[in-house]
Amino acid sequence: MVKKIFAKSYVALILCLMYAPIFVLIAFSFTTSTLIGDWSGFSLELYTSLFKNKEIMEALKNTVLIALSSAVVSTILGTLGAIGIFYCKKKVRRTFEFIGQIPILNPEIVTALSLTILFVFLGIKFNFITLMIGHIILTIPFVVLSITPKLKQMDSNVYEAALDLGAKPSTALRKVVIPEIIPGILSGFILAVTLSLDDYIITAFTRNNSFQTISTYVYGVTAKKGALPPTLRALTTIIFIVTLVLLILLNLKGKKKEVRR
Amino acid sequence: MSKIKFTRKMLSIPYAVFMILFVVIPLLLVVFYAFTDAEGNFSLGNVVTFFSNSTNLNTFVISILIGVATTALCLLIGYPVAMILAKKEYKFGGVFVMLFVMPMWINFVLRTAATRDLLFWLGISGGEQPYSATMIGMVYNYLPFVILPLYTTMLKMDRSLIEASMDLGCNKVQTFVKTIIPMTMPGIVSAASMVFMPTMSSYVISDVMGERQISLIGNTIQTYFDKSLWNMGSFIALVMMIIILITSFMTRNVEKQEDARGSLW
Amino acid sequence: MAKKDDIIISIQNVSKEFDDVLVVDDFNLYIKKGEFVTFLGPSGCGKTTTLRMIAGFEMPTSGKILLNGEDITNLPPYKRPVNTVFQRYALFPHLDVYENVAFGLKLKKIKATVTDKKGNVKEIERKLTREEIDEKVRKALRIVDLEELEWRDISTLSGGQQQRIAIARAIVNEPEILLLDEPLGALDLKMRKEMQLELKEMHRKLGITFIYVTHDQEEALTMSDTIVIMKDGMIQQIGTPEDIYNEPENAFVADFIGESNIYEGTMVGDKKIRFLNHVFDCVDEFPIHEKVDVVLRPEDIKLAPVNQGMVNGKLTSKVFKGVHYEYVMMVGRSEVVIQDTRNLDINCEASISVVPFDIHIMKKEFVSNMYDAYIDKNNKVVISEEPFECDVTQLIPGTVLDEDGYLVDKDGKRYDLTDADVKVEVGLKDIEIADDEEEGNITGEIVSIIYKGDHYQVIVRTEEDEDFVVDTEYTWNELDRVSVKIAKEKIKMTLKQEAKNYVKD
Repeated sequence: MVKKIFAKSYVALILCLMYAPIFVLIAFSFTTSTLIGDWSGFSLELYTSLFKNKEIMEALKNTVLIALSSAVVSTILGTLGAIGIFYCKKKVRRTFEFIGQIPILNPEIVTALSLTILFVFLGIKFNFITLMIGHIILTIPFVVLSITPKLKQMDSNVYEAALDLGAKPSTALRKVVIPEIIPGILSGFILAVTLSLDDYIITAFTRNNSFQTISTYVYGVTAKKGALPPTLRALTTIIFIVTLVLLILLNLKGKKKEVRR
Repeated sequence: MSKIKFTRKMLSIPYAVFMILFVVIPLLLVVFYAFTDAEGNFSLGNVVTFFSNSTNLNTFVISILIGVATTALCLLIGYPVAMILAKKEYKFGGVFVMLFVMPMWINFVLRTAATRDLLFWLGISGGEQPYSATMIGMVYNYLPFVILPLYTTMLKMDRSLIEASMDLGCNKVQTFVKTIIPMTMPGIVSAASMVFMPTMSSYVISDVMGERQISLIGNTIQTYFDKSLWNMGSFIALVMMIIILITSFMTRNVEKQEDARGSLW
Repeated sequence: MAKKDDIIISIQNVSKEFDDVLVVDDFNLYIKKGEFVTFLGPSGCGKTTTLRMIAGFEMPTSGKILLNGEDITNLPPYKRPVNTVFQRYALFPHLDVYENVAFGLKLKKIKATVTDKKGNVKEIERKLTREEIDEKVRKALRIVDLEELEWRDISTLSGGQQQRIAIARAIVNEPEILLLDEPLGALDLKMRKEMQLELKEMHRKLGITFIYVTHDQEEALTMSDTIVIMKDGMIQQIGTPEDIYNEPENAFVADFIGESNIYEGTMVGDKKIRFLNHVFDCVDEFPIHEKVDVVLRPEDIKLAPVNQGMVNGKLTSKVFKGVHYEYVMMVGRSEVVIQDTRNLDINCEASISVVPFDIHIMKKEFVSNMYDAYIDKNNKVVISEEPFECDVTQLIPGTVLDEDGYLVDKDGKRYDLTDADVKVEVGLKDIEIADDEEEGNITGEIVSIIYKGDHYQVIVRTEEDEDFVVDTEYTWNELDRVSVKIAKEKIKMTLKQEAKNYVKD
């Protein structure tokens, strides 16, 4: 019994520590003091100034834009790639599984540097496209990784069964294979968005310097000047709440599916 | 009329082209740049510069030490958490794991800055104690990456093996050392590799937490990048890749890494 | 030979290789309309691959497949009037029962004649209407007895129900041939027996051709009009269940179908054979002195008190099997398995008798091992890419080995045999098998074991796909990894070319 209580309180303690910085930040987003720690009375001023801050709003817009667009491309390319490679001969499959592992195993900074060198070598100016490529390389291996297990789980004969019943290969893919792996495609997409939203290093290397995302903006203002500008406390609160709502929605949906089964 | 017959394999062509163009070729370029000088002539100058520059070597050693220390701390803190959550009688294990993962959804630079502000309030200033602040920031950031793979391996672990071990006369400590640890080894390896490489190479956390007092390999590469010294930057990147190659070769027989890694999401 | 019109499918000289491994070897078969044909054989014998070539999932490496006289060898599966019931059903999990069964119908186009406004009669292709599809699906579900499950999710169905849906999904398209790939493999025994009878009944009602793949000999015997027994990609025997049971063509078939006692015997006269130390009368004709395999079915052997039968022996064990007892009698060193309904005492002398008709005599499959090999520079013979110690002097009579490893004849002529191609013959009893993979020259996997009364005939297959057939007294298990050892003096070799080609100048 004592052991159980000890175990539970250990988990609770670690969890508290994990959330401490976020909750403190959220608490102090309702006051205007420049530093965390002194409370200068309740106020929603940070929120109004956040929405008025053009720089932050621009960075937020850019972050979402690059995350969504790179995730869409990454998911399409990755889904087709995962399916195609799954049906290749062992040698080809092994080779591309290995190549797919490279961006995962390599530290981001190596991936970032190697891409930079390629663009420099080809004389390409850094722009939105180079940034897109960087984010796709960052996310595509994870898209493939979340789809391949679904392909493995799939009864290897369902595609053949569709052909057998008169479906052309393209119809069989559309009507049988894709519906089968759709959960993998969705989780791959979500994963791609998450990774892209969170990225700093690849963004820093492959972007045009005038293009700010939340990551580069926050790094720019904190790594040199120190404390987080107060308006960003309000931003953190908003991100936290949005994430929480999304997670709850996703979980509820998953639960419903399970109940149906 | 010869029409090319459609096969499923062809779907992989765009992906394959993309990966070769933006993964394989860039890496070959890195190797090429690492052994050439600014004019493109073959040169071992980068090797010499790297190994004769004591600042570079210092940075290198410090990076590895910080990486090892963070990995060890994360495993020490995370292993018991994963074990407790994976216990059968813990009905809400999954929910708790979710809770541990959730902070990861907040932009990590933002999260790190928040940690720094909190520490500053508590009297630990990154400017004065850069190493402890950096370590705290890194453990905080990478703990979820340790808990998740460990948790999934432990869930998959065949519980009857623990009973078998007890049945065959092992006490609890012996069971833990001789049965549970070896069985969760794939999870440990995958967790360690997910923490070690980023911690030793990323410079964001150390910059934000340690107020740029600590220079890690990442910083060095970035400095060369800023100065457009591609050859030297490439050589350091190559060194890092060799380290990865060695570590992944060493851990290869322990693994089924991707199992644990894949289930992270 | 059947009349040409009766033949629905004819498979001609079909071979299939996967990565240089021959899986189906020169397969020839024709199947009549409405026949129930079963491909029977152990796993890896090529039966499923053959079925998949008929379905169109695999293309033959060589050979032709004709359907109603038309070449369909390279036709993709979706253009063949053939449907398949898969081993694990391969139902579409994201569709419900109705949608699964209707899948093929929704894609189907039929020819129809319509009269347009001007009164012209035109032939067009159209899809089936919803009502037509509805009707066909209902009918198919009625045939498999599952009308009430239409809107259920696939995952909520039992294995048996999924099986029926898979059948309905195939037959709803009215194929000319229904292919069934071990369809009952995943069901439990009782369910399997029920489904066997139902499938048979379905075959009778539908009147279409069934090609059925299984490794279960009982299933094959129960259901088929014709059984095709396969092993290692080759047809061993084609025949009715009765033919195959009563007249197995070789020891493999006899061992695979039903229980059998297999012995090695010698023809000692016209329709007279000697085995179990006794000369029996038989009905098969073989040349005198020929070594043959003999099959006795346990139920064909009659037990009698000692000295009242043909051969005496000692009953050593008895096992109750429900309908009968199974006895083992030792005759000398050979075991005889006998089925008898009487409960007799064991550990006593008894005798057996067999009528000539029940003694099945087969040509021996293996008399000795033959290999194409060559001599390496160390004067070893290389079989299946592994060197074996051997006596090379036998290749050129009257020679001896000199210090440099050349053969020298009495005239002093020297021969260099490096890379010389040779034919190697090794007797079945001259090969030894060892558990320790290090002990012998070459390792392989045991792919077949046949018990022949007093010894086992074991086939060890190496990674290079070379077989070593070994007669051994010791017990081995299938799939054991073992090593093979051949004593130096047991390797008999002959040169493929004349000796003078190897003279060293």
